[in-house]
Amino acid sequence: MTDTKSGTEPEAAVPVDPNVVSVTLNGRAIEAQKGELVIAAAQRHGVYIPRFCYHERMSSVGMCRMCICEVDTGRGPQLTPTCMVAVAPNMVIDTESEMTKNVQQGILELLLANHPLDCPVCDKGGECPLQDQAFSHGPGESRYIEEKRHFEKPIPISDLVYLDRERCILCDRCTRFADEVAGDALISFTSRGNETHITTFPDEPFSSYFSGNTVQICPVGALTAKPYRFKARPWDLAQQESTCTTCSVGCRIVIDSSRDEVLRYMGVDSEPVNHGWLCDRGRFNFESTKSADRVLQPLVREHDELHEVSWNEALAAAASIIEEAKAAGGAAGVAVIGGARGTNEDAYAWARLAHEVIGTPNVYSQMGDGLPADLLRLDRATIDETASATTIVLLAPDLKEELPVLYLRLREAAEKKRSRIIEFTPKQTGLTRHAWRSISYEPGSQVAAVNEALADAEIAAQLAKGDVVVVFGRANLAETITASVQALHRLLAAAPGTKLLPAFRRGNSVGALQVGLRPGAGGLDTRGVLQAAADGKIDCLVLVGADPLADFPDTELARRGLAGARRTIAVDTFLTGSSARADVVLPACAFGEKDGTTTNLEGRVSNVVRQVSPAGNTRPDWMIASGLATALGSDLGYANVGEITLDIAINVPGFDHVTSAALAASADGVLSGTPTAIWPVTLLEGTAPERNSYDLRLVISRTLYDQAVGTATSPSLAHLPRGSAVHLHPLDLARVGTADGVEVKVRSARATIVLPVVADASVVRGTAWLPWNNPGPNPGELIDCFAAVNDVRIENL
Amino acid sequence: MSSYTWAPGFIDDGDRPQIVTSRFQYEDGHTLERYLATGGYAGLKAALARTPVQVHDEVKAATVLGRGGAGFPAGTKWGLTPVEVWPRYLVVNGDESEPGTYKDRLLMERDPHQLIEGCLIACYAAGLSQCFLYIRGEMALAQERVATALNDAYAAGYIGRNILGSKFSVDVVLHWGAGAYVVGEETALIESLEGNRGMPRLKPPFFPAAIGLYGKPTIVNNVETLANLPWLLTHSAAEYTAIGTATSPGTRMVAVSGHVKRPGVFEIVNGTTTFRDLLYGAEFCQGIRDGNELKAFVPGGGSAPWFLPDQLDLPFEAKLVGAAGSMLGSGAVMVMDETTDIPTAAHTLTRFYAHESCGKCVPCREGGTWLERIMERLADGRGTESDLAQLLEIGQTICPGPFPHAASERLGLEAAPFPFKMTTICFVGPSAYTSVHSAITLFRSEFEAKLIKRKLIPVSVGATDDGH
Amino acid sequence: MSRLNDANEVLAKEIIGRYPKARSATIPLLHVAQQQNGYITNEAIAHIAELVGATSAEVLGTCTFYEMFKMQPVGKYLINICTTMSCALLGAEQLVQHAEQHLGIKAGGTTPDGLFTLERAECQAACTEAPCLQANYRYRYRVTPAQLDQFLDDLADGRLDAEIPPHGVVARVRQSIPVDRGVGAVAPDEVHEAPAWMSLGEKS
Ligand SMILES: Cc1cc2nc3c(=O)[nH]c(=O)nc-3n(C[C@H](O)[C@H](O)[C@H](O)COP(=O)(O)O)c2cc1C
Ligand code: SF4
Ligand code: SF4
Ligand code: SF4
Ligand code: FES
Ligand code: FES
Repeated sequence: MTDTKSGTEPEAAVPVDPNVVSVTLNGRAIEAQKGELVIAAAQRHGVYIPRFCYHERMSSVGMCRMCICEVDTGRGPQLTPTCMVAVAPNMVIDTESEMTKNVQQGILELLLANHPLDCPVCDKGGECPLQDQAFSHGPGESRYIEEKRHFEKPIPISDLVYLDRERCILCDRCTRFADEVAGDALISFTSRGNETHITTFPDEPFSSYFSGNTVQICPVGALTAKPYRFKARPWDLAQQESTCTTCSVGCRIVIDSSRDEVLRYMGVDSEPVNHGWLCDRGRFNFESTKSADRVLQPLVREHDELHEVSWNEALAAAASIIEEAKAAGGAAGVAVIGGARGTNEDAYAWARLAHEVIGTPNVYSQMGDGLPADLLRLDRATIDETASATTIVLLAPDLKEELPVLYLRLREAAEKKRSRIIEFTPKQTGLTRHAWRSISYEPGSQVAAVNEALADAEIAAQLAKGDVVVVFGRANLAETITASVQALHRLLAAAPGTKLLPAFRRGNSVGALQVGLRPGAGGLDTRGVLQAAADGKIDCLVLVGADPLADFPDTELARRGLAGARRTIAVDTFLTGSSARADVVLPACAFGEKDGTTTNLEGRVSNVVRQVSPAGNTRPDWMIASGLATALGSDLGYANVGEITLDIAINVPGFDHVTSAALAASADGVLSGTPTAIWPVTLLEGTAPERNSYDLRLVISRTLYDQAVGTATSPSLAHLPRGSAVHLHPLDLARVGTADGVEVKVRSARATIVLPVVADASVVRGTAWLPWNNPGPNPGELIDCFAAVNDVRIENL
Repeated sequence: MSSYTWAPGFIDDGDRPQIVTSRFQYEDGHTLERYLATGGYAGLKAALARTPVQVHDEVKAATVLGRGGAGFPAGTKWGLTPVEVWPRYLVVNGDESEPGTYKDRLLMERDPHQLIEGCLIACYAAGLSQCFLYIRGEMALAQERVATALNDAYAAGYIGRNILGSKFSVDVVLHWGAGAYVVGEETALIESLEGNRGMPRLKPPFFPAAIGLYGKPTIVNNVETLANLPWLLTHSAAEYTAIGTATSPGTRMVAVSGHVKRPGVFEIVNGTTTFRDLLYGAEFCQGIRDGNELKAFVPGGGSAPWFLPDQLDLPFEAKLVGAAGSMLGSGAVMVMDETTDIPTAAHTLTRFYAHESCGKCVPCREGGTWLERIMERLADGRGTESDLAQLLEIGQTICPGPFPHAASERLGLEAAPFPFKMTTICFVGPSAYTSVHSAITLFRSEFEAKLIKRKLIPVSVGATDDGH
Repeated sequence: MSRLNDANEVLAKEIIGRYPKARSATIPLLHVAQQQNGYITNEAIAHIAELVGATSAEVLGTCTFYEMFKMQPVGKYLINICTTMSCALLGAEQLVQHAEQHLGIKAGGTTPDGLFTLERAECQAACTEAPCLQANYRYRYRVTPAQLDQFLDDLADGRLDAEIPPHGVVARVRQSIPVDRGVGAVAPDEVHEAPAWMSLGEKS
């Protein structure tokens, strides 16, 4: 008796969860969450309510009316747009009533009334919600005999996106995304009523870094992306999930391919990482892997020219260079730099090759433009923790330019008023207008800026609330990291318990450092390696996907280092300025051509997949390392990449739970742990000198589009960098005697380059800002990487 | 005198109480001098002599019904703001554009200080710290008169900081529209006032009183609603409710247009005056023009389902009119006599709402336009039988289920009462269908008479047994 | 230069100052621009966008929503004949046709001399005075064809210049809030307390 009773009666003792709302969905009792929209609650319980305008990552607008269902809140069934209404206790939801079905059918007929019959030639055909729902909900044929709306067929609204206004169903998704998510409200509805359409302002294209997302969320084929218009039909696509490694955010993507060719990436909604969004650089630089300029065969230099050879010959040549070097100057005469662009497995194999097989301590994955590796030992915040922190302190570069989707996450945190942003920056950034306080400083004066801020009662009170995350990165390539690190420690001391999100830039910087691409005892970092090479102390320089000429801030040192290294071996996908000088070039697989794992800036490990065959005769980096080990008479012992993943889990502190099984079980990847070993990092001593009042302090930072090889070899992106120029605050123009657009000499202690002037109010007065690695004169010529700061003088021609 | 050249259309024949139109008789009724000479700003002074709560209670007790269309009592609405959320705003709806409606413009042109005083009283009572007076863009004279009145009232200390030496401080900002009917809908009005496209943003259960202008509690009131307040404060709720009926106290302004002998705007006693009084009464419209018969009338602005002569004896009382299948709306009666071509007349209204759709929701944007195209065809004599069926089907997507209509003895039709179901955000979509539905339901034969007569193609060409 | 001129920029800033958020001044400023140029130019939109802190695309979106804003030049006199129900019942269509004949253009067009643009308009809140029309938003009531002819001639010959300003000018009187009297607009998020007078009842 008692048994049956306990089985049927809910126990009164169980406390009611205040966040649970009990509602009835199609006759079934379900538990929804407080504040949850009906459409979302239904979906969580397996009932998909058709929709066009609703998008879970944006505010509801209730435009399309497709999601209307009968909902009873005690006043009888009411027609309710389920994307606009939150669940309420005892609500009765009927998504299948006759009335509901009739309404949905009627709305579909109205939507199709003005829709062109384009399906056979539409990129969306086969994956179009409108087409799908017309089949499942709608009437057979249109009774609309009036003339349809006419617009000029697809018009470009940006360099990357086309708009077909006849196909547009005015769902407000693209416009909402542009305004709400990206903060680039450059597309808008115009006109009214039946004449409403989407447009840009004349001569102001939708040049958002995030424009590709609108293509992905457009529920019809109205928005198409130039890189994949008419490329394939969805039904012959093969798909796999992977992770973008263009930057260290590590956005989750789906790679779509057809006939062994990558056709597009789509964002995957990963809750802790990218919420479905991608930046355009990450989305469209797949074109680069198909470039005709890829290195497809191993190359060996003979008589000053590179010749194609077999893998065996190339590996043998590389091995003998290494052995000669060791014989000449010991293992320390060999240096390995790079490796932050590949997978964890690539990095681990190369770390073992360098440290165990070759035995050199001169190993480093960062290119002198990064961050002290020991930051990884501090209490690290996840992206989610950062984007929900009470206070976010930015001591970082412009995240919009360097880690675009992290920018979106933090922008949202500020917009939704979850977090207050306190920014310290040598130039206004994309987040400046979202910051609660934006404090600009002149390079070298970071500590003073932080001290001054801490003395401000409001800022101190804000930090005292706790739950602070500092995003720390390299805001200026023309100064050492020393002052910023000191400022960071000042902050950490002032706000105990503060967590850190290190804004490493390259896709696998964190993974490469953690699995071992860092100096051994007494070893040199990249600056040290280049200096030693320039001094004739490096007999063999190995560049693992590294291009010091393009990435190392001090171009003169990079050039002297490359020239000074007796022999060079390069592992690369393209012949870059640096790898083109190598004695042996080992052609590497590109993204999408190899399996493995990658680690993003928060330490999250997720998988990357081989979706197409490697181009030409290329091999994954780890396999190249294995081959080289064998050629050196050793054996790393790896037959496939999974064995390395396992080896990492066994051997790398913090990675013990990062197994293939764990990765397979978690779509969002697995967070690795904090490294335990102590990594000594030496910061260059020295404080910034006073700036001579005739000089300007140099600030050099990256823009999203530059001449990075993946961008430069993607035809859709290649023309997007804006070009090298010297940006000055408008009020400084007169002081230095120049004007907007005029060409001037920019002279540093190192060199003089000639550049046009751009008046730019985002530049701090007294500083000169130049974009890194843009077409035109190279600002790296101006930088002395040993100087705490670099100053320049502007001179007329 | 019964009408005045300076107040076109206004007629005050007869001996009716005048709550809001008392100064229309003066050519200079819009000036501060005349206003002060006729008891102006006494209501404000009376209000300032009491506490905000007392003033609010007085307005509640009077049951001042909203005159913008929905008829919601103003005092109750002011009480819907969430407690202790500040700031709160007042937005005055002077966007008058509902077909047939003509009263707010007169109030703004003829007696702007009365409106301003009403605004001040509302702000005082409900703690509204800034007032935005949104006037329809096309009303140049009303804008000039209100601007002048505001400038004079500021100078005289009736608006602004420490009004009449009290703690009460409020700015009244004149704002003007630019031509879009839908902006009269209160959430669209707020969007427009925020500088956006005037698209309604109805987001149940958050009405403007809770989340309005800039996301803050906002009271939206119609011009005429507020114009009642000075009188109420110099008199009393008891005197106010002594006029009219318990559910419809006071007076209201009504415009009667179309085929009557003497079209005009009248301040009538609420709740008791009947449509027959209005259309045929000597002090009102004096009957149908040219001695013609009444065919139909729209009782409450273009959005209201039509009435027939059967409904003439209904009074101006919301419940009764609702039960009879229509609504009182914005105080606008449009009269059609026997000569009226019903499909053409209905088309002018469908066209209006289709043209005024903001384009936000599919049933209105696409459905309204489709209705309009078919109606145009039918009115021009190019329609077919299937067009009639199509109209009703589109209507079922905009307003699924039964739709209100009047009873008709001639057709043996019972009334279908208010309200109706709708799939749109605001009432523009349903309104595009209202005239279609009323016209087809009450005058189907007129549509049928205009259909294209297609010759029936014989089913078989062989000989038939009836001799052909 | 079809951005706002200096005087109008000063006016624009005064108008913006009345609102808790600058964006609210968008429509008033578009009227200022239309008053200056007779229609709305792209340069004016870009200028207004700068002034109110929106993108040009957003201001364009707002601008094109509203009937009164013209993105192309129109005649000096915009003649709007109401064709909604009350006016239609009393001959509005015949009036439109008459105007079309008189001006030699179709509704929607502009006379070659740039003097008149003719439009069919929706209800003008003068329904008891049907059929009615507006010229640059100034009314004429119960208009007969003969009166229409006379009116158009009077306009063309400048006899109504005092009453009817050129297109773009709507109200000729503007509100101006005296500095010493105005309360001033406060950003909505900076107000957290009830206005001072609300405590008046609490003493008793
Ligand atoms: C499409 C539509 C148009 C409207 N137009 C007006 C209008 O022009 N003037 C007005 O006062 N109310 C109009 N209303 C009603 C307003 O939404 C609102 O209810 C009213 O302004 C509230 O004021 P009240 O309570 O004083 O009547 C309209 C409503 C709808 C749905
Ligand atoms: S273009 Fe696509 S996303 Fe944008 S409104 Fe149209 S249908 Fe929606
Ligand atoms: S933000 Fe970074 S990881 Fe994300 S798509 Fe862009 S480049 Fe790829
Ligand atoms: S019903 Fe019409 S006017 Fe109203 S919101 Fe929908 S589309 Fe706009
Ligand atoms: S999905 Fe709800 S209205 Fe569009
Ligand atoms: S219908 Fe013409 S003014 Fe109202």
